[in-house]
Amino acid sequence: MDGDSVKLIGFWASPPVLRVKWALALKGIEYQYVEEDLSNKSDMLLNYNPVYKKVPVLVHQGKPLAESLLILEYIDETWKQNPLLPHSPYERAHARFWSKFVDDKCVPTVIAAFSKGGEEQQKAAEEARENLKMLEVGLEGKRFFGGDKIGFVDIAIGWLPYWIGIVEEIVGMNLIDADSMPKLNSWFHAFLDIPIIKECMPPHDKLLNHTKAFLQVLTSSSSP
Amino acid sequence: MSKANNVILFGFGVSPFCGRVKVALAEKGVSYEEREEDLCGGKSEQLLKYNPIYQKVPVLLHDGKPVLESSIIVTYIDEVWPSNPLLPNCAYERAKARFWTDYIDKKVFDTARGIWLSKGGEEQEVAKKDFIEILKQLEEALGEKDFFGGDSFGYVDVIAIPLTTWFSACEKFGGFKVEDHCPKISAWTKRCFQRPTVVKSLPDPENVYQFTIQFRKMHGL
Repeated sequence: MDGDSVKLIGFWASPPVLRVKWALALKGIEYQYVEEDLSNKSDMLLNYNPVYKKVPVLVHQGKPLAESLLILEYIDETWKQNPLLPHSPYERAHARFWSKFVDDKCVPTVIAAFSKGGEEQQKAAEEARENLKMLEVGLEGKRFFGGDKIGFVDIAIGWLPYWIGIVEEIVGMNLIDADSMPKLNSWFHAFLDIPIIKECMPPHDKLLNHTKAFLQVLTSSSSP
Repeated sequence: MSKANNVILFGFGVSPFCGRVKVALAEKGVSYEEREEDLCGGKSEQLLKYNPIYQKVPVLLHDGKPVLESSIIVTYIDEVWPSNPLLPNCAYERAKARFWTDYIDKKVFDTARGIWLSKGGEEQEVAKKDFIEILKQLEEALGEKDFFGGDSFGYVDVIAIPLTTWFSACEKFGGFKVEDHCPKISAWTKRCFQRPTVVKSLPDPENVYQFTIQFRKMHGL
């Protein structure tokens, strides 16, 4: 039975774990969730992901998988209901491209924008805004990246504006706003409005406090 | 060979990322037009138009529509021309193939650059140590199989084999031999180079070495 054979090892505040939770929820897959203490990683996690020792790890019928974007592809191929990736190879290539773009380009520049100081921060913030603005190309006049319904890209990148909003509160800097990125802003609000998406999100205040601590570590390790 | 399907590859001779796409197209028997970009002199308007975000090669243009990022392009090729499949059938094995592709992409080329584009000294020694550890990890993934794909040449083999054309430059600048540390990787490399599709698609390691010499000069090394 699916419920017995799907296990997700995660951490409540982790965006890559959230991606997998969304995918499992959208497909209606029952699973056992195991919360990992990242400051004291379990033997189970180290056995299942010896290369990176990170969450998420999806274990299906005893076989472990790591790296959230490829876990999403595995989920989509194994459980065919509510497909996440589009049908055509060209559209699929696009979906993979935008998901990778967020991880490779947006995330590092957003982190730099929030963790650096002075002039470096201004420069990083500008770069982050440019990268985020580019995401509007991927939306191409659609309601969601997946079209009328959410799809692979939406659940791959939907966490980012939420996290950015949290950090904007802490740092007092604005990266996404309705004026400069109207399409991205609309998409973000429409995405978060979806009940199944909202249900999986970590609580706002808990995440705010956790992120404050995380940012402190980041800024103290990047200062001279 | 299937008839040319209006397939154009914007590439650069020694690029291992372009090499992947060439090997994939050759494995599928797809004819294509190659457009060599002058990455050092000035990128073409077409490249900048089709890849405005990264402005990099490879770009595959199929019936006028661009596909970007080498591993995404290889997957696209596998999906559009499904004969002689590169990815395995089983979803779990496919996920493993994607995992090792992602690992290779994160680690191999950048670490290698730390060897061939280095002044030497401590920095280069660290890069060498990391590089050998990465290759040993890949040896573990290969295990006793002939190819990463198992009995047959597959997706991860396509992704990884072009990078080996840069090993000679690393060995010469770093003063080591991959074969001494990772004999299985060396054996796998030789096995892959028995395939005509690989041989005709990839540059001579000597040409790659000459390129690194020129590139180093451009960077004052």
